[in-house]
Amino acid sequence: MAERRGTTIYLYELAWILPSFAIPVGMLVALVVTAFGAGVHLPGNEGRVDPTKVAESALFKTPGVVEIAPGQYEVRMTAQIWSFAPNEIRVPAGSTVHFWATSKDVVHGFLIPKHIVNLMLLPGQVAHAQVRFDTPGEYPIICHEYCGIAHHTMAGKVIVEARR
Amino acid sequence: MTRSEHRLAAAFLLVAFVSLFGGALTGLFQALEHAGVDVHPHTPVIRSYYHSLTLHGVLNVLVWTTFFICGFVPFLTARALGRPLASAGLGWGTFWLMLGGLVLAAIPLLGNAATVMFTFYPPLKAHWAFYVGLTLVVVGTWLVLLTLVLTWRAWRAATPGARTPLAAFMALATFAMWTIASLGIAAEMLVMLIPWSLGLVAGTDPLLARVLFWFTGHPIVYFWLLPAYISWYTLVPRQAGGKLFSDPLARTSFLLFLILSTPLGFHHQYTDPGIPVGWKLVHAFLTFAVFFPSLLTFFNVVASLESGARARGGRGWFAWFAKLPWGDPSLAAQVLAMLLFTFGGVGGLINASYNLNLVVHNTAWIVGHLHLTVGTAVTLTFMGVSYWLVPHLTGHALWSRRLALWQVWLWFGGMIVFSNTLHRLGLMGMPRRTMIGAVPYMQPEWKALLPLVGLGGAVLFLSSMLFFLNLLLTWAVSRSPAGVPPEFAEALSGPDHAPAILDRWRPWIVTAFVLIAVAYGPTLLRLALTTPFNAPGFRVW
Repeated sequence: MAERRGTTIYLYELAWILPSFAIPVGMLVALVVTAFGAGVHLPGNEGRVDPTKVAESALFKTPGVVEIAPGQYEVRMTAQIWSFAPNEIRVPAGSTVHFWATSKDVVHGFLIPKHIVNLMLLPGQVAHAQVRFDTPGEYPIICHEYCGIAHHTMAGKVIVEARR
Repeated sequence: MTRSEHRLAAAFLLVAFVSLFGGALTGLFQALEHAGVDVHPHTPVIRSYYHSLTLHGVLNVLVWTTFFICGFVPFLTARALGRPLASAGLGWGTFWLMLGGLVLAAIPLLGNAATVMFTFYPPLKAHWAFYVGLTLVVVGTWLVLLTLVLTWRAWRAATPGARTPLAAFMALATFAMWTIASLGIAAEMLVMLIPWSLGLVAGTDPLLARVLFWFTGHPIVYFWLLPAYISWYTLVPRQAGGKLFSDPLARTSFLLFLILSTPLGFHHQYTDPGIPVGWKLVHAFLTFAVFFPSLLTFFNVVASLESGARARGGRGWFAWFAKLPWGDPSLAAQVLAMLLFTFGGVGGLINASYNLNLVVHNTAWIVGHLHLTVGTAVTLTFMGVSYWLVPHLTGHALWSRRLALWQVWLWFGGMIVFSNTLHRLGLMGMPRRTMIGAVPYMQPEWKALLPLVGLGGAVLFLSSMLFFLNLLLTWAVSRSPAGVPPEFAEALSGPDHAPAILDRWRPWIVTAFVLIAVAYGPTLLRLALTTPFNAPGFRVW
């Protein structure tokens, strides 16, 4: 009797262990497929910049928006307490924007809701993201990491203009 | 068990409760701010929303959890082994060291000289006493491990050949895991933050600091959670009137937590530059692996609850759930904590998913998630434990069982409103850790939901006050003697069924270090060799 109960429990354990193993594996497969198939980009290792000499670095000497090819824009941006430079970016609808950004002082965040641009801007590190803006409108750029007493005022915007 | 164990546990719990009180009060202020009522300018001591938020985070997630655990877990271990802790002097020395560290950290914290959140990312630069104080608290937790090991060895010498009782086994696994995991934060403090805050070195590096922080910062959630699991595995089945389903499966899951909790911290840094994408993916894999012992726990604990409910006449596939002894606030608290934790687990998988994380990282979603996990699975479980432990320690019966039941259900209901709203706001792109009532980018869709944050937060605050009131009156007013504390649950499948490898430590600890070396080694080595430490500090609050 005791032996039979032991066997039953063992079967129940097994009936749970196998799906417990299979569920995370299935999710992992989905993760890998979307990560590589859907072209989701996470920031990687893009090199360093001296946080005390950002304004003298080649990349961030002249923050701003540049059209590098038809429909392709490059934004070089610095974050500092409590603003982004540039803090307003105008691009025509359908543009792909390549952001290159860093921080001059403390850790800042860079979030454009609904466009899945989500970056940490660390002093000393160059961050990169690219995103396509299809729908005309005004989208906030939000600093989403606590960066001091006026953190909540730190924001910029992307203005996507309709193509004429 | 001697009076000394009781007094030691009571001392740790007292500090924990005082912290939770401060955390709950500041939490109310933040919830009201989100709902459009900013009381911070009218409060004494608290200088700003961010001062309040730092207090809330440090008091709740660092102090309340750690002090409760360091009181509760050794107490339970001594009970499980049926012998006193190895050294009363070591126990009290640990307590005073941790309290001293806490006071040292609290001075700059209260004085607005450490308004850097509980994550204290440099180059925000707090007063050195904040870093030194927190470090002493961490050192204290290592001494708790020492107490547990010495006690276990004394038990082993007296009882050769016996299987380590489950609760003691789990306590050792928890503190072994934590001690390995805390090496990251110890390195961050000792090598980077303390010399820098003292002015011994000029610069720091935000990326390396974050890597070391999250080396500890993810497994710390298991350090909070596993003591709740210990209660769920070893006491709750008995409180439910049943037996633990499987002792070997319980040991397996804790050993998996021991080896898998640490090598996955990059999933907090998916959006950080400076870490290669490939390593982020490796940490995503390992995060999914740690989901496996969580699922084992889910099955084992629910099956144990079911055995209790069926013994009480429960029937059907799901109807048995109603037959649990819901009139016992200790059990009700912990079962409701488990229910909400299910959603916390699902949310955690979303956070860990490499790609979905881009939607939710640093938004209000994360705040909602943390309140389901540490704010409910851990906190509501510890409240449930308090409902038998505090009467046991004071010798007085709980002042009011009905009030305790109200408290527990209010926490459950308040948290559903609070957490659900924050999850939704996060999906709408609302940032976390932000004085949202004052932002220039307020969205109409956020504004419509924000009053619910205030409502949920107010209900949670009310619930926490009922909790404190009940404990206070238990201590001061209640005069009927306390009932017997819950005994450890027997197991349907006992420890004799467990393979011997589950009772050995060395192979598992070696495996833990190997996995950490694989997952973190190359990145840490590269950063250690190439980091210039040239970021100056800022005090901008």
